[in-house]
Amino acid sequence: MSDQTQPAERASSPLAETVQMFMKNHAAVVALVVLTCIVIGAVVGPFVYPNDPFDMVWAPFSPPGEEGYIFGTDYLGRDLAAMIVHGAQVSLTIGLAAAFMSVFIGITIGALAGFYRGWVEEVLMRFTEFFQVLPTLLFSMVIVALFGASLVTVTIAIGAVSWTAVARITRAEFLRIRELEYVMASRSAGAGNLKLMFGVILPNAAPPIIVQAALMVGTAILFEAGLSFLGLTDPNVVSWGQIIGSNRQYILDAQWTVTIPGLAIFVTVLAISLVGDGLNDALNPKLRQR
Amino acid sequence: MNLLRSILIRVAYAVALLIAVIVLNFTMMYLAPGDVADTIAQASGGADPEVMEAIRREYGLDQPFIIQLGTYVGKVLQLDLGYSFFYNQPVMQLMLDRLPATLLLVLTAQIVALIVGVLLGVISARNPNGISSHFVTLFALFGYSAPVFWTGILLLIAFSLLVPLFPVAGMRDVTLEDPSFFTQVVDVLHHLVLPAFTLASIFLALYSRLCRAAMLEVLGSDYIRTAKAKGLSDRQIVYKHGLKNALSPVVTLAGLQFSAVVSGAVLVETVFSWPGLGTLALQAIIARDTPVILGILFFSALVVIVVNLITDLVLRTIDPRIRTGSA
Repeated sequence: MSDQTQPAERASSPLAETVQMFMKNHAAVVALVVLTCIVIGAVVGPFVYPNDPFDMVWAPFSPPGEEGYIFGTDYLGRDLAAMIVHGAQVSLTIGLAAAFMSVFIGITIGALAGFYRGWVEEVLMRFTEFFQVLPTLLFSMVIVALFGASLVTVTIAIGAVSWTAVARITRAEFLRIRELEYVMASRSAGAGNLKLMFGVILPNAAPPIIVQAALMVGTAILFEAGLSFLGLTDPNVVSWGQIIGSNRQYILDAQWTVTIPGLAIFVTVLAISLVGDGLNDALNPKLRQR
Repeated sequence: MNLLRSILIRVAYAVALLIAVIVLNFTMMYLAPGDVADTIAQASGGADPEVMEAIRREYGLDQPFIIQLGTYVGKVLQLDLGYSFFYNQPVMQLMLDRLPATLLLVLTAQIVALIVGVLLGVISARNPNGISSHFVTLFALFGYSAPVFWTGILLLIAFSLLVPLFPVAGMRDVTLEDPSFFTQVVDVLHHLVLPAFTLASIFLALYSRLCRAAMLEVLGSDYIRTAKAKGLSDRQIVYKHGLKNALSPVVTLAGLQFSAVVSGAVLVETVFSWPGLGTLALQAIIARDTPVILGILFFSALVVIVVNLITDLVLRTIDPRIRTGSA
């Protein structure tokens, strides 16, 4: 019974407070709505719009609107709208999966370095610095080139090179939090190292990591777009960057084949970074500086 | 003396990093399917197993991993990056031919981004709630979110096709007949404008945002109030007292970002057919020319390491706090 009455008495739960702070950032709210629409479009789009993006449907280079093809056709006469809708799934999936992978690697390395300190920290941070020296895009181009272009290698190639920022943030948070009293208290209550790292410290280190993770999704989408623009992607699927890459010789005849998919990437990534900004305001109200 | 020692330590560390890059390179080449024998066989239209064996022996591919690795590291440290069977040239020669174009692009873009970024940052920090400040924020968001190759293509459409101010592609006008040195320089600069601005656009946003934040912090500090009380002019306070102190985080970031600049250069070079390492990398990947691919990875890591080293030294000269701090 008391469990039920207590939350009602409190003015607001931490979650409600966070939501409230987030709602104050109007740009972030609009961005969240846009982003939700994009995700829904990517999930249900291919069912609503089942045209095969590889089918030649009409004369090449027909401008948007002609014959009912709202985005026109590309240099092979393929329906650009179908390509955008189907490409959304690929771009978003790779973006999410690669971001997830880099956050996972980053948290593991940062947590170990910040928790154990000493030579573990030294070795892991040197390792991180090493990855910062390699130009990320070039490195993942090499991975894709050597190990073949499939959705899995592309995802791994992106995830494997973009975790350094997460590792640094996680380490810094762990260094700060591990000295706090409640960590000491759990330790003396008998919590093991694993429990301390992931049960006690990590939840308290979460806010900046969550913000960074949100931004990582945007970076990963840009990254995937860059790779597929260069043609280093699975040839059996359409993605936004790849549409631009394959049409770019024809910008004189058909600018929309480049501007529209680019706009799709731009709006998606912009929405993600605005949501990230909003999360930052909501989760770190103290760090707010304008 | 202390300065010299800390520089030496930095240099030793840079060499260690470089060796690590070489080891990574070799390991990837070792793990990847296919080897030099396959490449040669492919280039000459197939070979029987005995010939393949002979090639493998000749190139030491039958040796254990660790010995091959040692040979490779030794070779690269002597600047022998192998031979490109696709271009029929030593990889080192190829790199050196392409390096100047990339360096020109990357350094110009970085300088443009720094100067314009710092200026925009200062302007918006002087009036944090004004129109110009909102403009800088918007501009920064665009720089963050637009794919750089798309920005490049948009600039290309706008300023080469619709309003033909700049050339569409390349670094030189090959139709120029017997140009003087001066015409050549002007020609290259003319070709450089669009690629450099495209590449700068990503980092410009970053620098202006950081400079704005750093400036706002500095302008709120005590010694700025003192400077105001002394009766110094606004301009003097902002540019002489403020900017000097706000600059060091921006320069630090610029150094750290350098590997990202090189990554961006690959895309920008491709858009504008700029004859640098980036376009070479893409051609090499399409041709499956492994020595060239790995050579470029090594070379770009080398450039990044050197630039980081220089940034470190620059920071020491502009910020005395670091000098005393790390002694």
